[in-house]
Amino acid sequence: MATRRLTAFAALGLTAVVVLTDLATSAPLDPFRAPPAIALGSGQATSGAHCAALPGQ
Amino acid sequence: MATAAQPTVSVGLGTRATLIGVALALSLAVAVLAGARYGFILMIGLGFGIVLEGLRFGFAGPWRAMILRREAGGLLAQLLAIALVAVVAFPLLASNPGELTGAHAPVGIAMIGGAFVFGIAMQLVLGCGSGTLVNAGSGNVVSLVALPFFAIGSFLGASHLFWWTDLGTLPTVAFSGTSGLIGTLAALTALAGVVWWRASPGGRVVPRRLVLAAVAVAALAILNLVVSGQPWGVVYGLGLWVAKAVSLAGADLSANAFWGAAGNMERVQQSLLTDVTSLTNIGIIAGAFVVAAWRGGLQDPLPKLPARAWIATVIAGLALGYSSRLAFGCNVGAFFSGISTGSLHGWVWFGAAFLGSVLGVRLRAVLGFER
Repeated sequence: MATRRLTAFAALGLTAVVVLTDLATSAPLDPFRAPPAIALGSGQATSGAHCAALPGQ
Repeated sequence: MATAAQPTVSVGLGTRATLIGVALALSLAVAVLAGARYGFILMIGLGFGIVLEGLRFGFAGPWRAMILRREAGGLLAQLLAIALVAVVAFPLLASNPGELTGAHAPVGIAMIGGAFVFGIAMQLVLGCGSGTLVNAGSGNVVSLVALPFFAIGSFLGASHLFWWTDLGTLPTVAFSGTSGLIGTLAALTALAGVVWWRASPGGRVVPRRLVLAAVAVAALAILNLVVSGQPWGVVYGLGLWVAKAVSLAGADLSANAFWGAAGNMERVQQSLLTDVTSLTNIGIIAGAFVVAAWRGGLQDPLPKLPARAWIATVIAGLALGYSSRLAFGCNVGAFFSGISTGSLHGWVWFGAAFLGSVLGVRLRAVLGFER
């Protein structure tokens, strides 16, 4: 009988495929150009994207 | 969030140590490869997944409990968590406007309609933005099937976003400062009062587990804001995953008004390990898996559902993603983070999505999700 073990591992597997494919095809990671560890107090504007943000706002 | 009976399978200490070790090792690897901030953000996502699954703190289920049985505990716990975040977030946003941003978005026709549709869909699959991730990570097959369609819907909704906002959108209204915080807390208290009043006499208590969960979720949401500079969100990351896949397949996104915008094009080209919502989403799935495996909860059999329920799952998944982009967020990005950082759209989102949930709860039986 199929159990949640199958689907839970499938979820992890699919997530791993997404991440590994991305690592192979995206711009290389460079930890030396990463933003400061904590945004608060960094003096830098936030650079992330959020679902509430509309481009051009 | 698990819905089946509590497991009885015992899990060895070695397995549990391995689960924790792997989770920490992955966070460390991201910190080394991408930068410390991104390692922290993945850990915050893991924390969300562990708390949401471990303490069974959710959004869709408590709304359903309130609608069907007048049990208010879960909804009151949500409002408590939002209030706790607001108390910290409002002063932080006011004093650090360049470094931190709120989840501020405009109210509009499509935004209201999107929230209403999201409310329907989240009751059909019993999973909201965070809930679908948590449920998939803990082995819920309905959420696992819905998740990729959620992501596709998020990509498509973002692609069409400007067409929808052109139908009619008000300027963004964001409450801020001391008066904004007092007003937000007063409105949350008033809403909690209405919920308490509408609840059944036996359904007015917030279980200790949910109080603890509300405090923990609030702490993680504040950490998310402090570390990443932006509030907790879900749906942008899911749409981004599909945008990257579409781009990889050779499509040119540069002409699209949303994905072709400078910031979004950069996100499409950069690694997911440098995208805030992608990292917390991955962490939520993995954190929920850790808790489910820790409990031995992966032995529960998968449900047997009729074909129309699976078709409804696919459609609901697409609707969750598409509608949450029109609504400028899901239960996390709009309701939780919107209200807790002062955005009017969070309040409007709640009203529209709750009305949609009232309809969605009734549609579940019609579509074969319940026998």
